Amino acid sequence: MIPKRDKQAAGQRLLSAFRAAGAVEIAPDILLPAESLLDLYGEDIRARAYVTADPIRGEMMLRPDFTVPVVQAHMENGAEPARYCYLGEVFRKQDMGETRPENPRDSEYLQAGFELFTRDPGADAEVFALFHRLLAPYGLSAETGDMGLLLDAVRGLPLTAPRRDALLHHIWRPGRFQRLLARFSAPVPPRDFPDTGAPWAGLRDEAEMQARIARLCDDMGVAPLPGIWSERLAQLFALRAPAPAAIARLRDLARDMPAIGKAVARIEARFAAIEARGIAPEQIVFEASHGRATMEYYDGFTFSFRAGHTGWPPVASGGRYDALTRVLGKGREIPAIGGIIRAGLIAEMEAI
Amino acid sequence: MIRLAVPSKGRLMEQTFEWFAARGLRLSRSGSEREYAGRVEGADGVQLVLLSAGEIPRELAAGRIDLGVTGTDLVREKLAGWASDLAEVAPMGFGHADLILAVPDCWRDCETLDDFASIARDFRAAHGFRLRIATKYHRLVRAWLAGHEVADYQLVDSQGATEGTVANLTAEAIADITSSGATLRANNLKILGDEPILRSQATLVASRAAMGPEMTALLAQLGLRA
Repeated sequence: MIPKRDKQAAGQRLLSAFRAAGAVEIAPDILLPAESLLDLYGEDIRARAYVTADPIRGEMMLRPDFTVPVVQAHMENGAEPARYCYLGEVFRKQDMGETRPENPRDSEYLQAGFELFTRDPGADAEVFALFHRLLAPYGLSAETGDMGLLLDAVRGLPLTAPRRDALLHHIWRPGRFQRLLARFSAPVPPRDFPDTGAPWAGLRDEAEMQARIARLCDDMGVAPLPGIWSERLAQLFALRAPAPAAIARLRDLARDMPAIGKAVARIEARFAAIEARGIAPEQIVFEASHGRATMEYYDGFTFSFRAGHTGWPPVASGGRYDALTRVLGKGREIPAIGGIIRAGLIAEMEAI
Repeated sequence: MIRLAVPSKGRLMEQTFEWFAARGLRLSRSGSEREYAGRVEGADGVQLVLLSAGEIPRELAAGRIDLGVTGTDLVREKLAGWASDLAEVAPMGFGHADLILAVPDCWRDCETLDDFASIARDFRAAHGFRLRIATKYHRLVRAWLAGHEVADYQLVDSQGATEGTVANLTAEAIADITSSGATLRANNLKILGDEPILRSQATLVASRAAMGPEMTALLAQLGLRA
C-alpha cells in the first residue's frame, strides 16, 4: 500500500508543473449539488457517486469529477483564455457485479488536472504535449482519438434527419448504435399501432406519442441504407494504428467518405503541432473509437496514457468538451480541453 | 450448530414449512403467533430463526445466520458481490415473481425496449428532464438498463404503491415485482418485452463461511449438495 502522503506529494508535484505551465489553481467544493450532475451524466454516475442529503441545500454529491465544477466556475466569472489546475479527491463507488473483485479499486482517489479554455486551435497539442512531458518518465503508452471524426462520419451518411439524429445520439453506446445501423440498412417491416382502449395515463401526452408514430410511419417508406456505408463505417471505427499510418488510412477512407475530410485535416494538423512540440507521432496510437469508451461529454480530441499493468485504469485521460460548455454556459460557449492524472498511480509507479 | 432463518409470516412461511416437511424436517413456531423463535424436529444441531424475508440476505452476509430462505431478487438487489459471500443451494419452487419494466398501456408505440429507449430520448428533449422510472430495485434495474444501453432515464425511489406513480405523474414507467400482473392491469400499465429483468423465486441460500461438515450433513439430509 502506498501511503496517502506519498500520493499527495506526487499530486503536489504535478500541480506545480501545471502552475509552471501557466495555470491558475482552482479549488472546487467537494460537496456539489446533485441535480445538475445527475441530469448531465444520468444513472451511470448515480450508480457510482456518493449521494447524500443536506437539510437546506438538498441532494448533494461527493465530487465525482472536476470538469463540471471547473467549467461552471469559469462560465460564471472567467476571462479568456484561461488555464486552470487543481488537485483533490474524487469519489466513485465501485459497485461490483455478482462477485467481489480480489483487488477492489479505490473509491476515493486523487486527481491532478489541467483545463484550458481558449479559441486557439493549437490548444489540443498544448495540452497533450504538457501531459506527455509530465508522464515521460513512466514509460506509458499514449492513445488518442477524435469524437468529431466519428460524429462527422455519421452526419455524412445518406440518411433521413431522424435516422441520423438517432445514430448521433447513441454513438457512445456501441451495441445500440450497431443495432440501429443494422435496422436502417434493411427494409422497415410494417408495423401497426392498435388501439388498446386504455385510458391515457402519465405525463407523456398523446401528442408526443402521435408525433413518434408519425415519425415511425414516415420511416417505413424509407429505402435501406446501402450496405457499403456500414462497411465503411465499420472500417473507420476499427481503425487503430500509430498516428502516421492512421492518417494515411484516414485519407484513403475520406475519399469514399468526403464528410470526414475536414476532421482528417484537423487530425493531421494536430499531429503536426504535436510533432512541432518535439513528440514523435509514430509513438502515439490513433484509435478512431477511443472516445466512445470515455465520458459522453468529450466531443473532439481525446487522449489517455496507460501503464502496462493489467486492471489499471488509465494513468491519465482527457479530451475536448466544447458541447459541455454550451450546456453549462447558459447561452455562452467556449472551446475547452482538459485532462487529469491519477496522482496515486504515479506514486505507485515510483514505488515499484 | 446451523442457524437457519425462514420468513416469519404469511404464505411464504407456510410454503417454507411445507418444503422442509416434505424433506423430513419439521419446522414450527415455538409458543405464540407473536413469538419469532422456532423449533426444529428431525435434525440435530439446527436452530430456527424467523425473520423478515427482506432481512435474510443481509443477515446471511453478516454471518449471523448460516442458511436462509429468501427471494433471488432480494439477494441480488441488496448485496453487491453477493456470490462471493453466499451460495444459492436450491430453488424451492414457490414464491415465483418477476421483476419487470412496465409502461402505460396507452403507449401504443411502445412494445420493445428499443421503443422505450427511443421514447426516453424524445421525452427528455420535450420535457427537459430524464424519463422517470419508479422502483425500489435500484441496482438490478440500473444494471439491466445499462446492459441494454438504455440512456436518458432516471430512477425515482418508490418503496410502495409503485403502480400508482404513473397516474400521480411522479414517474413515466415503473419497475417492480409482479406475480400475476393483475395490479398492473388495474393501473393501466403493461409489461414491456418478453423477458423480465429477473425471474425470482424462494431460494435456499447458504453462507459460504458456514460451509463445513455440519452444513454438508444437513444439506445431504435435505437431498441437496453444497
